[in-house]
Amino acid sequence: MDKFGFTISKGRQINYDQNDRRIYNYIIENEPSFRNCIACGGCSGSCSAGNFTRFSLRELNILINRGENDLPRTNLKKCMLCGKCTLICPRGVNTRNVVFLAKQAFKRFDSYAF
Amino acid sequence: MKNEGKKAVWSEYQKEIADDKFFYVRSCIRQNFFPGSEVAFLRILKEVLGKDVYEHPCHTTCSGIGYHGDIVPFETAMTVVARQFALMTEAGYENYVPSCITSFGLYTEILDTWHHFPEVEKKIRKNLKEATGREFEAPKNLAHASDVIFKFRKEIAAKAKYKLINKNTGEPLRVVDHIGCHYAKMFPSKGVGGAEYPYVLAGMIEEWGGQVIDYPERRHCCGFGFRQYLVQANRGFSVACSKEKFESMQPFKPDMIITNCPGCPMFLDRWQYVINEIEGKQYGQNGEGIPVFTYEEVAGLVLGFDPWDLGLQMHQTDCEPVLDKIGIEYSPEDKYKLNSLNHSQPKHLVVNV
Amino acid sequence: MGKHVVVIGAGVAGMEAAGRLSRNGLEVTLLEKESVAGGHINDWFRLFPDRRDSNEVREYLINLSSDPKIQLKTGASVDKLTRHGSSYLLTTDAGENINADAVVVATGFSLFRSSRKEEYGYGIYENVISSADLEKLFISGEIVISSGKAPQRIGIVHCVGSRDEKVGNLYCSKLCCVTAVKQAIEIKEHLPDSEVFCFYMDMRMGGALYEELYREAQEKWGVNFIRGKVSEASETIDGKIVVKVEDTLAGRPLKMDIDMLVLMAGMEMSEGGSKLAATSGLKTGENRFFASADHHFGSNISNLEGVFFAGTCIAPMNVTETISHARAAVTEVMEYFSNNNR
Repeated sequence: MDKFGFTISKGRQINYDQNDRRIYNYIIENEPSFRNCIACGGCSGSCSAGNFTRFSLRELNILINRGENDLPRTNLKKCMLCGKCTLICPRGVNTRNVVFLAKQAFKRFDSYAF
Repeated sequence: MKNEGKKAVWSEYQKEIADDKFFYVRSCIRQNFFPGSEVAFLRILKEVLGKDVYEHPCHTTCSGIGYHGDIVPFETAMTVVARQFALMTEAGYENYVPSCITSFGLYTEILDTWHHFPEVEKKIRKNLKEATGREFEAPKNLAHASDVIFKFRKEIAAKAKYKLINKNTGEPLRVVDHIGCHYAKMFPSKGVGGAEYPYVLAGMIEEWGGQVIDYPERRHCCGFGFRQYLVQANRGFSVACSKEKFESMQPFKPDMIITNCPGCPMFLDRWQYVINEIEGKQYGQNGEGIPVFTYEEVAGLVLGFDPWDLGLQMHQTDCEPVLDKIGIEYSPEDKYKLNSLNHSQPKHLVVNV
Repeated sequence: MGKHVVVIGAGVAGMEAAGRLSRNGLEVTLLEKESVAGGHINDWFRLFPDRRDSNEVREYLINLSSDPKIQLKTGASVDKLTRHGSSYLLTTDAGENINADAVVVATGFSLFRSSRKEEYGYGIYENVISSADLEKLFISGEIVISSGKAPQRIGIVHCVGSRDEKVGNLYCSKLCCVTAVKQAIEIKEHLPDSEVFCFYMDMRMGGALYEELYREAQEKWGVNFIRGKVSEASETIDGKIVVKVEDTLAGRPLKMDIDMLVLMAGMEMSEGGSKLAATSGLKTGENRFFASADHHFGSNISNLEGVFFAGTCIAPMNVTETISHARAAVTEVMEYFSNNNR
């Protein structure tokens, strides 16, 4: 930066081959219904946490699936486990278990600290 | 709002609630938050209704608060709960009644887990046996303490000294019911009236003369969460949830809020003070807050218990406006008589003075 | 020799099948549980994709099925269907016995009972109505909410009772998306100053001219589309409906006050169909509709010889498909008779 006044831009592409999909694989292994998400947003629409924080289960699902773990890692902590999303999900995703498993997975693979 | 539509929904969520011989387990936090409530529950069941209620001195936390706060793994929670069941079995009881909503949710989740995965139950039985030498029977009937009061709401009404009616206008008090998330959102069929239009508190309000207020954010969480409140930096999110509810209920001019969860009355009560401090807002009428009650407190008031015996002096949003509307007799000078160190009234932390 | 066919259900499929069977020289008894023939089309104002008057289709069907060879019995549902040799004996709820050389099942569909999606408050909130209720308003010529006023902002919820494990319906009803678009346009025709929002999970515009209608709704009528399944509805003190949804493309939860919320009720196996399945031994699939012998080349054929399916008793279909399917059923019946006579 000092020398040229600029740096080399980082790519914005999701690097599917390099991304870490262990979190996703851990979740679907233990809760296969995580695969059934169709990104309808029913979970996030009435999420108490999503009203005030960046937390969105729909977003978490797609990002973890792609191995884009940074946002989910932080946002996962916002879930209050109230159960509203489980009540709504039209695909029968066990969202409560997904949150628990995601936390476990981050602890296991990612030295996730709560 | 069409009430007959709600009644149709309620009729689909009937739940079996035991009639007598209850094994009662207290909440971790309610005895600090609203210490009169559990005492009132026991007094109502034992003295007013003549029921057999047993409390075991060795009962501990169910660990649900740790489970939801990422500290306690599910297997540990299940084993702790298995021990509570063992205490019940040893005492000769079958009807398990937790005071806490999260406990109730966790017990329901555990029983459901065992139902679908019998091998897990087997493992927990082994864990418990190895760790404590205890064995257990799963409860025959699991009902939250508010279910039990709901079941006896008519008996309570029959013995009531007061009704939830404004004595000056003759109009029913306008009551907001707030249900703890873990009561029915996870297992709608386990809650009286289901998860979308729970009837457990609404039934009490109706039976005791009040009018139930249904406002847009009725289903919204109070914002307690677990880590959300416990971590100080996150409390802005927690208070915002409560605020969302207050803003939404305010146009309906509620006289009071009634709750069935340990956390909700605490936060709906205390956050009114915080919001008032930060933004100068009040959500009740005449520049007052909206008093927040537990269902045991309301049952106690209706039955004519002394407000200070019910612990209403522990509320930060003063309850007097509701007591006065109903016409409940109380002595203002006795309000802080329980405070043996300092008989004078605390100066700051009250909203309605 | 005069073979006799009983057609169960006098909706679009049943009337079409009866008419075509009689044209082929067969005697037909057409049973209808309601007091008039026509089925759901009687309750619809206009049809997609061209918004033609539903009466035109109804008149076509009435003309087609008004034949001396067709005996229409209304107010009659089938309690029992049993095989007797090479024919069938049908017993109606009135206790009447009817012999049939072949049976065409055209029991159709029922609209999903919207109150089952409790979170949308149908039957509880004043201004939450179903797609069928809206058609009634179109027929009456006046779109008003409970206050008697015209709604300013209207929300349309797709997939109510479809693609939803929580109500046990995994399938797509496939006509609700285009119905939503059609109704959105009709609302705008009636109330040009209103705002219409469609809340969808996916826009499934697979039929002929559907996509064009979707484009017209955007281009000509300014209908708004928000991608997100409505999570819940609630009622404000002045009778407005608060809708909570995630605007998934913006990635943020969205809240909106709406004067009238219209639920796009999906299609389910009809009650009459379920009853018939239970008493006759006709097989049903996981979606509870009747199960055809073969999905590709035997969709009219049932597991009972001489009993054939026509129309939406096997799956959601639009009117065009229903009519084609009913004609195909007639072809199967004719072939069945010619094979058996050999």
